[in-house]
Amino acid sequence: MKRFDFVQPASVAEALQVWHPGAVWLGGGTNLLDLMKGGVMLPDTVIDINRLADLRGITTLDDGSLRIGALVSNAELADDTGFAHDFPMVAEALLSGASGQLRNAATVAGNLMQRTRCAYFQDTTAACNRREPGTGCDARGGVDSHTAVLGFGDACITTHPSDFCVPLAALDAVVEVQGPDGAREVALRDFHLLPGETPERETALQPGEIIVALRLPADAKGFAAHARYLKVRDRTSYAFATTSAAAALRVEGGVIAEARLSLGAIAAKPWRVTEAEALLVGHAPDAAPFDQAAARALDGAVPSNDNGWKIALARRTAIRALELAAAGTPERMPALPASPFADQNGDHAHV
Amino acid sequence: MSLSISLTLNGVVRDIVLDDPRVTLLDLLRERLALPGTKKGCDRGQCGACTVLLNGKRMNACLTLAATLDGATVTTIEGLADGDALHPVQTAFLENDGFQCGYCTPGQIMSAVGLIAEGRAGDDPERIREGMSGNICRCAAYHGITRAVQEATRRMAAAERGDAA
Amino acid sequence: MSDTMTPQRYGSNAGQPLTRRDGLAKVTGTATFAADNTPEGLLYAVYVPAAIARGRVVHLNVEAATAVAGVTHVMTPQNRPPLQGDPEAKPNGFSFIVDVLQNDGVRYAGQPIALVVGETLEAATEGARLLAPRYEVADSETTLAGQGGEAVEPGAFGRPGGAEHGDVPAGHAAAVSAIDVVYETPAQYHNAMETHAVVAAWDGDRLHLDLPSQALSLSCASYAYFFGIPADNVTIRCPYIGGGFGSKAFPTGPQVLAILAARTAGRPVKLMLTRAQMFGPVGHRGATRQRLRLGIDGGAALTVLDHEGTAATSRFDDFIEPAANASQGLYAAEALRSAHRAVRLDVGTPGPMRAPGEASGSAALECAMDEMALLAGLDPLKFRLRNYAEVEPGTGKPYSSKALRACYAEGAKRFGWADRPMEPGRMRDARGLLTGWGMGTALFGCPMFEAEATATLRADGSALVETSAIDMGQGAWTALAQIAADSLGLPMDRVEFRAGHSSLPNAGIAGGSGHTATAGGALHAAGRDAIRKLGEIAAADPDSPLHGSGNADFTARDGRLYVAGDDSRSEDFAAILSRAGAVDLTGAGSASRPAADAEAHAMNSHGAVFAEVKVDPDLCQVRVTRLVGAFAAGRIINPRLTESQLMGGMIWGISFALHEEAKHDPRSGRIMNADLAGYHVPVNADVRGLEVLTIHEDDPYVNALGIKGVGEIGVTGTVGAIANAIWHATGKRARRFPIRIEDLLD
Repeated sequence: MKRFDFVQPASVAEALQVWHPGAVWLGGGTNLLDLMKGGVMLPDTVIDINRLADLRGITTLDDGSLRIGALVSNAELADDTGFAHDFPMVAEALLSGASGQLRNAATVAGNLMQRTRCAYFQDTTAACNRREPGTGCDARGGVDSHTAVLGFGDACITTHPSDFCVPLAALDAVVEVQGPDGAREVALRDFHLLPGETPERETALQPGEIIVALRLPADAKGFAAHARYLKVRDRTSYAFATTSAAAALRVEGGVIAEARLSLGAIAAKPWRVTEAEALLVGHAPDAAPFDQAAARALDGAVPSNDNGWKIALARRTAIRALELAAAGTPERMPALPASPFADQNGDHAHV
Repeated sequence: MSLSISLTLNGVVRDIVLDDPRVTLLDLLRERLALPGTKKGCDRGQCGACTVLLNGKRMNACLTLAATLDGATVTTIEGLADGDALHPVQTAFLENDGFQCGYCTPGQIMSAVGLIAEGRAGDDPERIREGMSGNICRCAAYHGITRAVQEATRRMAAAERGDAA
Repeated sequence: MSDTMTPQRYGSNAGQPLTRRDGLAKVTGTATFAADNTPEGLLYAVYVPAAIARGRVVHLNVEAATAVAGVTHVMTPQNRPPLQGDPEAKPNGFSFIVDVLQNDGVRYAGQPIALVVGETLEAATEGARLLAPRYEVADSETTLAGQGGEAVEPGAFGRPGGAEHGDVPAGHAAAVSAIDVVYETPAQYHNAMETHAVVAAWDGDRLHLDLPSQALSLSCASYAYFFGIPADNVTIRCPYIGGGFGSKAFPTGPQVLAILAARTAGRPVKLMLTRAQMFGPVGHRGATRQRLRLGIDGGAALTVLDHEGTAATSRFDDFIEPAANASQGLYAAEALRSAHRAVRLDVGTPGPMRAPGEASGSAALECAMDEMALLAGLDPLKFRLRNYAEVEPGTGKPYSSKALRACYAEGAKRFGWADRPMEPGRMRDARGLLTGWGMGTALFGCPMFEAEATATLRADGSALVETSAIDMGQGAWTALAQIAADSLGLPMDRVEFRAGHSSLPNAGIAGGSGHTATAGGALHAAGRDAIRKLGEIAAADPDSPLHGSGNADFTARDGRLYVAGDDSRSEDFAAILSRAGAVDLTGAGSASRPAADAEAHAMNSHGAVFAEVKVDPDLCQVRVTRLVGAFAAGRIINPRLTESQLMGGMIWGISFALHEEAKHDPRSGRIMNADLAGYHVPVNADVRGLEVLTIHEDDPYVNALGIKGVGEIGVTGTVGAIANAIWHATGKRARRFPIRIEDLLD
């Protein structure tokens, strides 16, 4: 690790003041420390924001939306009974990620800010436009499987690794940001950027800005009875997604009144296609509309490297997530959250 | 630049002057405080061997900067037993052969203590397996680990109810 | 805390499921592994791994590294002090050529190219980063694909011979039905949880090492070779090893460099490999491509079993995974051929990794057997029974013991194999998951090495037993003590056992599943020797009830010596020794297998593994939901630890079948998943429904104690069982390991 200055501001204002190019915010540190140890990030100053009480807490606002402080840990959020009840697929996504230890440390804001797990980004001797603009993309033609089938370009073919962000995108979460020029809000769907020609620009955050909170709108609770996250992976737990999907339905009189569908691990951001959701509305929740919606969600998908199989898998993941959502949110969090083997111990879904 | 932190380590308040902000909690314990019970398996949050309790919660010590810990409470494997009386999780690991080489064991045990405190898994083996999946055991003593956590959970619950056998 | 589950029966400590004697230290964090030592004045060493697979280092920014506060020394090929032993030669036959900055060349990614030493780990780590090597890159090859390789000239360690029995062309010609299939296995890395480490301290020309080693005496000799000192000048302290699996049996380049740095600095030096560094200079299981040609006659008897293995090795040393040899000694084919080819690649030298050869060979063989069974129209178990070998195929030697039939029967019964439909894709569970059942035969040899031990009866009647045995998790601290206690007729709590230190009598190698048999044999012989000597003293002592028993045999139980067959004549050890002047009485023993014994019988552990998998029909994610293994491995010294070892091996089988694969980028030659996030091994949630049965076997031929060994056999059979179960679930036959989601998608 490169030697750095370590500062612990006492307020958000002070934190914004001490920030300068080359400084980083330290929250849970689970991704930052890893990248610093690998030499991928070489900050000259680490600003420890963990003492900022303003960034903590889970609050219901007057309009019924839920405000989650940037430093709320993944575990704290998933274990919040009210949260898990109102936003079950978000809790399920959180609990399907990383490990118990990491979820205790990792924060809401850090999850949004986590960087790609692409092996060529992690390997400082490889060419990577995201890490070092202009060097190229060794992931093209490489052996890493965290590659995209949608929204990628010549400059970068990687994916966003988050589970959490996938249902957040589906539920129209909003990111509250503060910076030198004051406060602003960014829709989560617009928060992560596709690589285009500037893969080094990963989020809508401007230099010196800090995430202070995340907000879930009140109407997102309307999906609680039919909301699931499904994560396909090549180990039963403690693995990044191969493909994933968050599916949420509002069912009225046996007919889908409103639908949300967001896919993970196939692009540099959670992939949500509202046209696909629209195809579900007005139908009974069954195979034909699910197939159509899933196909529409993957419209335009093309392989990068030899990952063409991911397109089929992502489509099937979306269909299964919709089926699971239609079957109803389980009363209790499955033993293996978001796993295709989630209910092997006999947990029964209610409809 | 040196930093002073004060933390409660295995029940004892320790005032520590850090000459380097890069020191992780793991390296602080192992290389500077003569507490090598906490193990380094990957140093990158990928194996769980370094698991300790930080403010009562299980954490990877390898991804925690020591400089952030002023005022924190840390419990390591060395501080788990009450004198000669083993913690129920330690006893259960011993009796269920929940380890072979023993290298990941401190992390497994601290993780199990954390998991039981979280109350997420109860004595459901499938939930225990999921809850313990952040601790890799290359000897693959998972069968014994799951049984040990299950048994310790039951014993601790029984003790809490006051009907310990 | 109780040391036993059931009351001890005197004189029969062996066979008891005792908990680990080192367990208390391990659950309290007081078990000391090499890198846990932090002597006064310690320096930290970190090495720089090459980022290319072939070429030359043309620049290292030594100035930048040296400028880091706390960095004390930067070692490069330019300033590396001389070593007395040539690193391009080998200290002994059981070692590999090491890379210790002998020049600026690079011959595999991950090779050490510089070493940075500092006052703190943080300083040395940052110094190593700042060396920022630049290279002259040469083209490299790191994958087996498309390479035919060269025939292997059998010879020393790492160069396996093949075998040919019967008329192979005739066997092919006689087949009425045949298969010709190719299976591929990837490079796998041991990844013990404890990375290779050393704490080295020099005292003049004496060298003290805290170092994990599976072979203490050989390691002393090897390190002595590099530093030009007598082997006796090297002391290795190694009470615990955090897993070895074959990778810690040999000296490695990084460890030699750290020792050299300690000599240069005149201070102790600690080096601990990072996880990423475990993918390079410390061995691995070489990738293989295996062609299997099997033929059967009209009665489904194998007319030929023809197994050719092509394995990757390095350009500069040999370890050719002896995969094809897994087909020797198992099925009664009329003609039998195993042959090996080697492909030289720009990779680090492979080495033995848990069940070397047997694991990859058995994976391919057991799948091929299922493919053949399908053509024969027979249930896979029936097909194996049809080809059951009553004597060793090819040689015709009798087996020393072989309870494989019982393994098949008991395992199948426990698993419920009889209900298996022949056709694939017929079973679904209540949730609609495809369910498949598969099986495989497990086989592993039971070699013995050479070991020595001493047993000292103390004046108070207790004993001290000593041998430099290594506990890397298999349970030596416990199982060997059980053997020693029995040999002395003492309860466990009266026996102090010293091991894990090079100054003790040489216990040989902890490997090949032979440590308990070999070191245990030496301890047993030493105990018997001590008892014999005690008998001589008692017989000659007029005050002893045993006086005048002449050359009668003696037995020992619960600290008393008896005239064999006459329980009325006995005396406490302490009483005998007290009258003899309260002296300590030491017996010595050794163990190895006489060549004649090895020649007379075929000796193997056997087993049968039955697997159930669930496969999501659409998403193709796989989970192993049940594994039943029935094993016959001679005498079981400690059933509790044996079960753990066998289960560990079976989980390695899950790992082989579904997870492990080092992925080289063919352009750079680097392994792109060189960490535990990318190189998957099973986590707890991958393991459920595990059962082990041990089948009783009395083997009078393997060794005096009848021990065969259980460390590696669990891997064999299991990989094939899982792959066969996946076929049975899906109808898809994957011939490449690990079997991934994308291999099963339509």
